[in-house]
Amino acid sequence: MEPIIKVRDLVNRFGDQVVHDGLDLDVETGKVMGIVGGSGAGKSVLLRSILGLHTPNAGKVYIEGKDVSTLNADEYRQIQRHWGVLFQSSALFSSLTVAENIEFPMQEFTELSAAEREEMITVKLHLVGLTPEAGAKYPSELSGGMKKRAALARALALDPPIIFLDEPTSGLDPISASEFDELIDYLRATLGLTVVMITHDLDSLFGICDTIAVLVDKRVIVDTPEGILSNPHPWIQKYFHGSRARLALKAE
Amino acid sequence: MEYLTPTVEDGTTGFLLKGRWTIECISAVEEALNQISSHAPRPQFLDGQKLEIMDITAAWLLYKKINELKTSGIILELRNLDSGHFRIFDALPKASPEPQGENRLVDHLARLGHWAVDLRIDTVTGLDFLGRSFTALIRGLLSPRQLRLRSVAHHLYATGVQAIPIVALIALLISIVLAYQGATQLQKFGASIYTIDLVAISVLREMGVLLTSIIVAGRSGSAFAAEIGFMKSNEEVDALNTMGLDPYAILVVPRILALIIGLPLLTLLADLTGLAGAALLSIATLDVSLLQYLERVKDTIQMHTFWVGIVKAPVFAVIIALIGTYRGMQATGSSESVGRLTTQAVVQSIFLVIAADAVFSIIFSKLGF
Repeated sequence: MEPIIKVRDLVNRFGDQVVHDGLDLDVETGKVMGIVGGSGAGKSVLLRSILGLHTPNAGKVYIEGKDVSTLNADEYRQIQRHWGVLFQSSALFSSLTVAENIEFPMQEFTELSAAEREEMITVKLHLVGLTPEAGAKYPSELSGGMKKRAALARALALDPPIIFLDEPTSGLDPISASEFDELIDYLRATLGLTVVMITHDLDSLFGICDTIAVLVDKRVIVDTPEGILSNPHPWIQKYFHGSRARLALKAE
Repeated sequence: MEYLTPTVEDGTTGFLLKGRWTIECISAVEEALNQISSHAPRPQFLDGQKLEIMDITAAWLLYKKINELKTSGIILELRNLDSGHFRIFDALPKASPEPQGENRLVDHLARLGHWAVDLRIDTVTGLDFLGRSFTALIRGLLSPRQLRLRSVAHHLYATGVQAIPIVALIALLISIVLAYQGATQLQKFGASIYTIDLVAISVLREMGVLLTSIIVAGRSGSAFAAEIGFMKSNEEVDALNTMGLDPYAILVVPRILALIIGLPLLTLLADLTGLAGAALLSIATLDVSLLQYLERVKDTIQMHTFWVGIVKAPVFAVIIALIGTYRGMQATGSSESVGRLTTQAVVQSIFLVIAADAVFSIIFSKLGF
């Protein structure tokens, strides 16, 4: 089966600093891929390159089999409707309530009536574990965990087949974090979602990821969690066999 | 695209769901659902084995339809339909009843009450802001080491030096407009020479300082509100507080001082360019030489004409700086609040500047200036 996201020969440079050098990446439909890497290894740049927020110096990105650089504006918008993005800092629209944040993409892109949108807002809020009362609040009135949930509800507003998550569990307490993982696992199972997540949470990596992509030496090494663990690369060994990692793995 | 096919299995009628039931073709999905309820004979099952995908939105509409039919006595058997979504929907909290429509009189009273409470809060926070700003200012003046002269210089540059071109241009243009209008009217009485008096007095007493203040309120009052507002919503003000630093001394006082210094100097500039503009027009249309113009200006205006104008500048500066920084400090988390407060800062400071100017006019006329 054709991978839903395909990156080929990606090169990203900032001045003299080369971040990616001929990076290739495949994400299979319906799988959860975790992206890990050290600070400055280019995780965010990779994500931004896939999302079209950053134009790479060279290389191609294919989404659903289409080369995004050759699409016209309408075709590209079609692709954009097929993904939802949870940004690291939530990026909820601060002048809209949570409910309005979720409603906004529905209002712009679907033919749902106002009553149906309202029902879908309740459903999406419930799905991410928020009460209807939270919908009436403004993002500045929410706690960090609630913001993440609200942002996920907005990312899910159009029922997209692909979800990008940038450190979804950072800043959450362990209970909320594992609930978040379960939620993502559930969505993948029921909706056949493809999930690409940048994360440092070893529990998420080993709990819900089908594959792990490690950014080292300006490329990625992709393998199953078990395969990554036995990879001899020194950085990978250090990352997954440090004291924190040992604790997390012991708990598995 | 087909979404439904009627089918008969073991003598019972039902529907096969087909294709992609997604949000993108939601109106077609709704049409298909209406088919289910209007179909005769009544369907008894729905089969999802031919379904490619059903997303949450489509599943929700189907769920609603099934329940709607259930209340009218039609129970549909679901075959090969993953009930995962439906389990979520079953767990949904029941919608709370809409609040009853309130009495209109009560509504009005409530609004009045809210307004009164808001006014009280606004007054108290305003006084609190004033108090904190002035204690910070006085503390700074008592020990000049705390005055942050570097910051004052920065704001003096941003609000004063950078405003020079626009202030000079506007003063020049306004004095030309005044002189031109004055000349045409006064000519009818053969008193064209009084045009010079008209422009010199009005520019020095009123126009110079008022226009400069309005430009500065628009340029810098808004900038103060937006800068501090963004810092406030970004928790930078809280960060200063936790470091044991007084945000008023760091953010408010330097801006006030910069405007107190900058606005009178800009007013002086506006006065000079205004007189220069009047000179240009007088020489061009009134047949007076530069020397005659200067002579006339020297005769008509006295030192106090100039001072009456310039003395207002520091007062207006304090008004503009206080309102800009105060509105900035009121910002909350949202980007909308920063925008709204910036607008308020500009509108209120221009209003208060003009109101203060009116008060000055009365005072000066009582004093006989």
